[in-house]
Amino acid sequence: MKKLQYERPVIQRLNTGVMNKFGTRTEYAPVTHIEGNAVKDLIKEYGSPLFVISQRVIEQTLKDANRAFKTRYPKVQFAWSYKTNYMNAVCNVFHKNGSWGEVVSGFEYQKALRNGVPGNKIIFNGPDKAENELRLAIKNNSMIHIDHLDELYLIKELATEMNLRPKVAIRVNMDTGIYPMWDRFGFNYENGQAWDAINKIMLTDKIDLVGLHCHIGTFMLAPSAYAVAAAKLSDLALGIKKKFKKNIQYIDMGGGFASKNTLKGSYLQGPDSSPSFDQFAEAITTAILNAGFVENELPLLILETGRALIDEAGYLLGTVISNKRLSDGRRATIMDFGVNIMFTSFWYDHKISPAQEFSQYTEDAVLYGPLCMNIDVIRENVTLPPLKRNDNVVVHTVGAYNMTQWMQFIALRPAIVMIDLDEKPHLIRKRETLASIDSEELVPKHLKEFKL
Amino acid sequence: MNIKKNIALSDTGFVFNPSNGDSFSTNPIGMEIIKMLKEGKSTDEIKSHVVKNYMTDDTTFERDLYDFVNMLTKMNLVETDEKKKD
Repeated sequence: MKKLQYERPVIQRLNTGVMNKFGTRTEYAPVTHIEGNAVKDLIKEYGSPLFVISQRVIEQTLKDANRAFKTRYPKVQFAWSYKTNYMNAVCNVFHKNGSWGEVVSGFEYQKALRNGVPGNKIIFNGPDKAENELRLAIKNNSMIHIDHLDELYLIKELATEMNLRPKVAIRVNMDTGIYPMWDRFGFNYENGQAWDAINKIMLTDKIDLVGLHCHIGTFMLAPSAYAVAAAKLSDLALGIKKKFKKNIQYIDMGGGFASKNTLKGSYLQGPDSSPSFDQFAEAITTAILNAGFVENELPLLILETGRALIDEAGYLLGTVISNKRLSDGRRATIMDFGVNIMFTSFWYDHKISPAQEFSQYTEDAVLYGPLCMNIDVIRENVTLPPLKRNDNVVVHTVGAYNMTQWMQFIALRPAIVMIDLDEKPHLIRKRETLASIDSEELVPKHLKEFKL
Repeated sequence: MNIKKNIALSDTGFVFNPSNGDSFSTNPIGMEIIKMLKEGKSTDEIKSHVVKNYMTDDTTFERDLYDFVNMLTKMNLVETDEKKKD
């Protein structure tokens, strides 16, 4: 006699009338494959946990973003935000599809150069640019976005010394009606700091002010804030034209578009609450087009969109380590991935799908990571079918920040695979080993030997 | 260990406690276990029945049964020892 499929016995109290804190059921169908590749096969080949990136999703998302902006504005350029995901293979998908590089450190600048991005297609942002890094950027004719006056004076000195005319923009912070206002980067618009910096640059012929830059926040859910920002940068650009007869070549609106993830505490799911590229594009381009530029003097519109372009392309595959009960009767499931490699679980309720068939019965659970740390919680409340040891799950929308903000803490970091347009997987980052961590460590001679 | 006498169990896995109005849903294997408990079967008997008929092993099922019975107790569906003595 053929034995029946086994499923762990579950019993769930039925609550009528009000929604419980676990919300509605998370998943109705298992995700057994990612673009033709069985989850089980990927884990068998590359180990668990495993990050998987879809080249097809990246390209499709970038195409959508390009369409949204280019159908509304004549001159648009995307620059790939390295900090969001600087795996070389990921960067190169963006570069192959026309994106420039946007970096915020000397390390990222070197990465962009090594990836083959020409120096004059690299935007160098951030508050920390060392003197030698600035020298290199000046030599390479990169766009340097000035964050503070000390940097401005240093660039001026270097320009004199190197006898080169650096291309710069200033980063402008401003009140766009959203909270919190990001005023720690750049020069403030409302209190005159921005004009002060512009005057300082324009009154020296050693530096070429080519652009204006802002980055108003992160995971922005209000396109209207971008309209305010675009209007204020346009106002500065037109003011510069009026005062110094100088055309600003580009307006860089930075990044911050929300992805389709669901923020913790959000009533609506991410796909229902996050604005589309069209909504952001409409807000930004309308503000610039209505600002009063002469048609042939419209500035190039640069976008440093990171999260919204890569988040949906990333998956994390993982395995159940164990199930247990908490003191209040809630199910606790321990996964082999935690906040060490999924930093974003601190602020998102990530969608999680079982990777094998399941019945319609579900259980309310807490998902924990494998770290021996109380903070290692993947989902505080999730409704999932009963999972047993060695079952697999797929975490969705993890492409942004997790592969750069991950921590080598307690456990080694996993491998990353990219699935190409022909659905073939490629290893793009090897699983870390003890050797890869130890190779950077040195033990003084007198501490090398001991007896216990 | 016995399921309370007045607990109603439907064929679709709906469990009802008429003494306090609590209702629950359980999956087919949970339903089978509750039925066997109502019939007064011992945990060993339940274990051998499930292992014989389902694709599972002794250890896995023992762990799951232990957890399930704990949940039944927590949900007030089981006769307590004190009551049994009465």
